[in-house]
Order: sequence, then C-alpha cells, then structure tokens
Amino acid sequence: MNEKMSSRTLRTLPREKAFYFFTSIGNYTGESATSLKEFTDKISEVNVKSLEFHLYRGDFEKWTAETLEDQKLAREIENLRNQNYSGTALKEQLYNILSKYYEKIISKF
Amino acid sequence: MKFKDNTVALDATDLRILNALQENARQTYTAIGKSLGIAHSTVYDRIKRMERHGIIKEYTAVIDAQKAGAKNIIAIMTIFTDPKESDKVAEKLCEAPQILEVYTSLSEELLIIAKVVAENQESLHEFIASSVAPLPGVLRIRTSMITKKFKETRFSIANNPKQLAFIKEKSNK
Repeated sequence: MNEKMSSRTLRTLPREKAFYFFTSIGNYTGESATSLKEFTDKISEVNVKSLEFHLYRGDFEKWTAETLEDQKLAREIENLRNQNYSGTALKEQLYNILSKYYEKIISKF
Repeated sequence: MKFKDNTVALDATDLRILNALQENARQTYTAIGKSLGIAHSTVYDRIKRMERHGIIKEYTAVIDAQKAGAKNIIAIMTIFTDPKESDKVAEKLCEAPQILEVYTSLSEELLIIAKVVAENQESLHEFIASSVAPLPGVLRIRTSMITKKFKETRFSIANNPKQLAFIKEKSNK
C-alpha cells in the first residue's frame, strides 16, 4: 500500500459519510465513526448485537470498500464474515483485524 | 368571531355542518341543509366562513393504499434528540417525502415521533441510516414496524364525546 492510499484510509470523513451503528433495522445506537481510528475504537465499545447485525449484512466491508475506499481492508473483513464468528469472539477478531491494520498503516508515516 | 389565539368560535350549527361534511364531503348544500333542518344558504354561508378561517382546510380523497396495490411498509420512529436541535431535526424530517407525520413529545427525554413509509425493510433502513441518523442532534433512534392496523381515523368532531353530545342535543331540539 503506497503513502497516498494509506493517507486516504486514515482521513476523517464528513458526518454524512460516517458509519452509523444500528442493532437492527432502523434502530440506531447513537454511535458513529468518521475515520478508521474511530471505527476501530467503536468496535470495542458498541453492543455485540450491532456488530453481528452489520457484519452479516455486509455493511462493514461495504463501508470500508466504498466510503473509506480501502479494498484490502474490505477483503479482510469479508474473510472474517465467512468464518461465522459471533458474540465476544466476533468482537475480538474484528477489533484485532482493524487495530493491526491501523497500526500497520500508521507505522509507515 | 376570531379569538386572540387564532381559534374561531363555532356554534352548534357550525359543528353539525362540519360533522355532516366529515361523513360525506361530496354532499350538496341542499342535502346538508335538508338533513339538518336549515336553509341551504345558511349551510353555504357557514361553510364559506369556515373555509375562510382555515377551519375547513381541504376536501380530499382518502385512499386505501392496500387496495390501490401499494405494497409498502409503515414504521414509527422514535428519535431521541438533543433538545437544542430538536426543532431543526423535526423540520428536516418534514422535508422528506417518505415521512408521513412528525410530532415532538416530552417524556423523560425530548423525543420526535415520526411515521415513515418505505418500499421494504431494506429501503427503510437505508433511509434512516443515510438521512435520519446523520442529522445533527440525533442521539439514537428506535423504530417499530407496523404489522397490523386495527384503527385509523382522521380528526373528527365525532372524536370528541362532549362536542358530539352537544351536537346531538341541539339536533333533538
């Protein structure tokens, strides 16, 4: 990943492009993330029901691919989805993927 | 007679005319006059006066969406908001064609209650996630999808038991 792509992944998005955490159709938790850093932090904070809801709808990979414009991260999340994790295990796995990915990018600067 | 708070004094004849119109807005002045035992010119004058004062807002058709083939879903959103932003959130919601009704309510927290229509669950979620959750001041949202309708009526003179009794009493005299 080159520097340009890395800084794109690390940028802060406007509010309307944030990721909004829901627990089911139409039920918004009040938590949102406008950057990869904030997204990673929120994964450890939000209710695991919200993570299960979004992961298995494909919302996380859609947001990382289309809004954050990071295809590589989207593929990593897709791989996790295919492993059918749930509950706390899902939260830990997702947090590990995101935090490692974030650390890897940030170390290049 | 118009009061300071913009309300207009209505007498029993006005209320009986309104009641008749709400039962069937397409009936003629003569038919209303005949059923109420008053002259059609009185009915005409009273209706024109109530139209002028905005008491009668419009004459419209009430459509049964299901029979018209619309396969939509209806949901009620309860939106918890920052009190400072509540009016702005409510006004923004009013601009969306998917929103049918918007109310504010004060219980333990300031809430906005809105009725929303969508093609299906996915488009409902998409609308809430992209157009409601991002509004500044929205703290969280609870959405309930309506599964079965037991009653739906518009506001009517007949909804108020006291007014209805008053109309009946005057009709019997």
